[in-house]
Amino acid sequence: MSASGTIEGAARREPHVPESTIGRKPDYLHAESTLRSWFFTTDHKRIAILYLTSITGFFVIGALAAGVVRLALIVPNGAIMTNDTYNKAFTIHGVVMVWFFLIPSIPATFGNFLIPLMIGAKDLAFPKLNLTSWYVFMGGALFTLVAVVLGGVDTGWTFYAPLSTAFSNSWVLPALIGVTIVGFSSILTGLNFVVTIHTMRAPGMTWFKLPIFVWAHYATSLIFLLATPVITTALVLLIAERAFHVGVFDPAFGGDPVLFQHLFWFYSHPAVYIMVLPGMGVISEIVPAFARKKLFGYRFVAYASIGLASVTFFVWGHHMFVNGQSDLASLVFSALSFAVAVPSAVKVYNWTATIHKGSLRLDTPMLYAMGYIGLFVLGGLTGLYLATLAINQHIHATYFVVAHFHYIMVGGTVLAFLGGLHFWWPKFTGRMYSEPWGRVSAVLIFLGFNVTFFPQFILGYLGMPRRYATYPPEFQLLNVLSSAGATILAAGYLFPMLYLVYSLWFGRKAPANPWDARGLEWETASPPPTLNFERPPEVPRIPYDYPIQATEAKDQHR
Amino acid sequence: MTPDHPALQLWPVAASATAVETDELILAFTVLTLVLTVPVFIAITWFALRYREGSEADRTPSGIRSNLIEISWMLIPFLLTLVFFAWGAKLFIQSKNPPPDAMVVEVIGRQWMWKFQHPTGQSEINDLHLPIGQPIKLRIISQDVIHALYIPAVRMQIDALPDRYTQMWFKADKVGTFHLYCSEYCGTDHSVMGGKVTFMNPGDYQDWLVHAGAQQGKVASGRALYQAYGCAGCHEPGSAVRAPGFAGLFGSQVGLADGRTVTADAAWLREKILNPNGDRLAGGGKQVMPSFAGRIPEQELGLLVDFIRSYPATGHAAEATR
Repeated sequence: MSASGTIEGAARREPHVPESTIGRKPDYLHAESTLRSWFFTTDHKRIAILYLTSITGFFVIGALAAGVVRLALIVPNGAIMTNDTYNKAFTIHGVVMVWFFLIPSIPATFGNFLIPLMIGAKDLAFPKLNLTSWYVFMGGALFTLVAVVLGGVDTGWTFYAPLSTAFSNSWVLPALIGVTIVGFSSILTGLNFVVTIHTMRAPGMTWFKLPIFVWAHYATSLIFLLATPVITTALVLLIAERAFHVGVFDPAFGGDPVLFQHLFWFYSHPAVYIMVLPGMGVISEIVPAFARKKLFGYRFVAYASIGLASVTFFVWGHHMFVNGQSDLASLVFSALSFAVAVPSAVKVYNWTATIHKGSLRLDTPMLYAMGYIGLFVLGGLTGLYLATLAINQHIHATYFVVAHFHYIMVGGTVLAFLGGLHFWWPKFTGRMYSEPWGRVSAVLIFLGFNVTFFPQFILGYLGMPRRYATYPPEFQLLNVLSSAGATILAAGYLFPMLYLVYSLWFGRKAPANPWDARGLEWETASPPPTLNFERPPEVPRIPYDYPIQATEAKDQHR
Repeated sequence: MTPDHPALQLWPVAASATAVETDELILAFTVLTLVLTVPVFIAITWFALRYREGSEADRTPSGIRSNLIEISWMLIPFLLTLVFFAWGAKLFIQSKNPPPDAMVVEVIGRQWMWKFQHPTGQSEINDLHLPIGQPIKLRIISQDVIHALYIPAVRMQIDALPDRYTQMWFKADKVGTFHLYCSEYCGTDHSVMGGKVTFMNPGDYQDWLVHAGAQQGKVASGRALYQAYGCAGCHEPGSAVRAPGFAGLFGSQVGLADGRTVTADAAWLREKILNPNGDRLAGGGKQVMPSFAGRIPEQELGLLVDFIRSYPATGHAAEATR
């Protein structure tokens, strides 16, 4: 392989010789076109598209609720809406974004579409189960959506007892039932991925030839399988207490409200990695493709994915430093939380090292990836502030926390999602999007995001508590700045929705491998045929077989 | 006295030694954060420019074994951050062990107000007066859902749980009035569940206990109840419901719908709160106020009447003083 500046395949970048279509079977999008063929499909690619459209819808609803929240906070005295309306708006935002967008986002769409392609399989292991999981997801999500949007729920996405079981007069019960149902969809998806990755790899596709994207989804699936049953249990207990006064969490019935927090965070902290790991997988595909260079330290990154998915189960108590848990527990959880930062840091440094001495193209997916790295680093390190006990006592439950987890979830997951969407859009749809518009939107989102959320770090350190419908007037300036940033961010989100949809009909036809990227998904046509590959794909000698290879390849891929 | 609020404040006031130490910790941590991240940001930007496709950069592999690099960039930042774990843990343990001579103030949280009781018996609602230079231990419990007491000036918060006591201690060293919040989401009026903490010189605190503590405390407590029971939502000038206001009400002659005239004294006001349907006002609008009989304890009714008594002849509840 050449390690010089001349890159083979760069010439293929503006491919415009149409591919031969005579005798080719129709692709998965055009194989059938009835509604039935979509809603009863067992093709993982079509199910991925079903998920993509539904979570985009949920994203819009969650984003509108965020708009309502930012609108309310322009004035300090709550003059724009009542406290109840505000509380319901942030609950809609949290419930919809966390449960119906972030958790399924990358796994259920890109994971569904790409895992079989990347490992050279013709589908997931259980295609009917895959379709079932979409119906379960939609059933639960729509049920909850009716409750939170039409009825209104004012508990926040965390449903802390006894507020949620005994004191809230809003539609908590249907919301809880819906979220519980959605959990089963996660379990089914996780199960499907684990079995697929174990049993359906193409001949020659050994574990250490799998792309990091697949490693990340394997790790995510383990969390789906091991953690989701715990939140299901917790939610069922909440339902039992609210509906039938079974005393579990409410001291009035002999329960313990802190128990709910333990169960909740035992799932919800690993759930952060359900959101983060797939994003890391996406970035690990994009960065080598646009640096034309093998991913630095492939094995370390693969191990780090599994490491993160494991350690994340032992840090839930860092959400509870001020709830009266024992000081010893707090010390242990604090120390373990510092340990989680290590595998996360590995990835960031490895992406940076991958860019070093590469041959960079700053196309839209790469812009998103670089934005992701910057925001994820800030999000991760501010997490360490929160893990430091003495600092936590001050900034716990303030806007510092809000800023921190938006840097992880928007800066991390959403940017990775958008980067991946642009990267694989040609593969999904067979069309190219508008590159200039893509770059403009990526930059707008990065700027808008920082203007929205950076001031919230300061607000938090100044002591503004989160979930406040009204606030002291001295915080107004920073809040107005944050709301102004949200409008830039909104514009940044709107553009891709327009130009991507536009490209479906008017975009340039995409070749099989528009980025000259490596990985089996690029070996088949864009969009792929229903059974993925016309002939069995040939598994490359090493993963990330890009033109520029560092010498370390010899050490690690014997 | 209310806290000063400049349009843009960039650092919160520190009113205790622990607060200052917490600030030092966070500043030092920020320095470390910059040390760990700035190189990444600079490197990404530099690499993006230097190694753009088509640039004449040297791309020959550096030949450094990656395992060594990998292990060093895992371990070095980890060990550096561990210093901060230890520092934070030390401060935390210190903040968890109050000195035995701490003055104990009882704190009860409920939807949506804080009640404080001083060791000498005086109680306050939402506002808290405390002496400086004396360790204070707040013993905290909730009557309903989970709340959290948060005083940014001492960099401290702790949950108020419905089934067991939690505690917070600090020693304030700066006279002034600072915010006090509920920081655990507790329902509709979560963001209004708070007030002011005033740190005073010990002498002033003794004075306050003797004089203002009994009197000013009553009006302030009544005002807090007026907010907490939702009276203000209708009775405060400018509200949408336009219920009768309290300006100049106490002691005045009130004309009733049946032609009688009564004096708005304490007994009549108390009865009117408990039984709003009796004694309909002349020219009054539709009677929509619910009865509060059985919902407001007798002691709090007295505080509400005290508050109405001191309601200013013109203006708003905020100006009610004694």
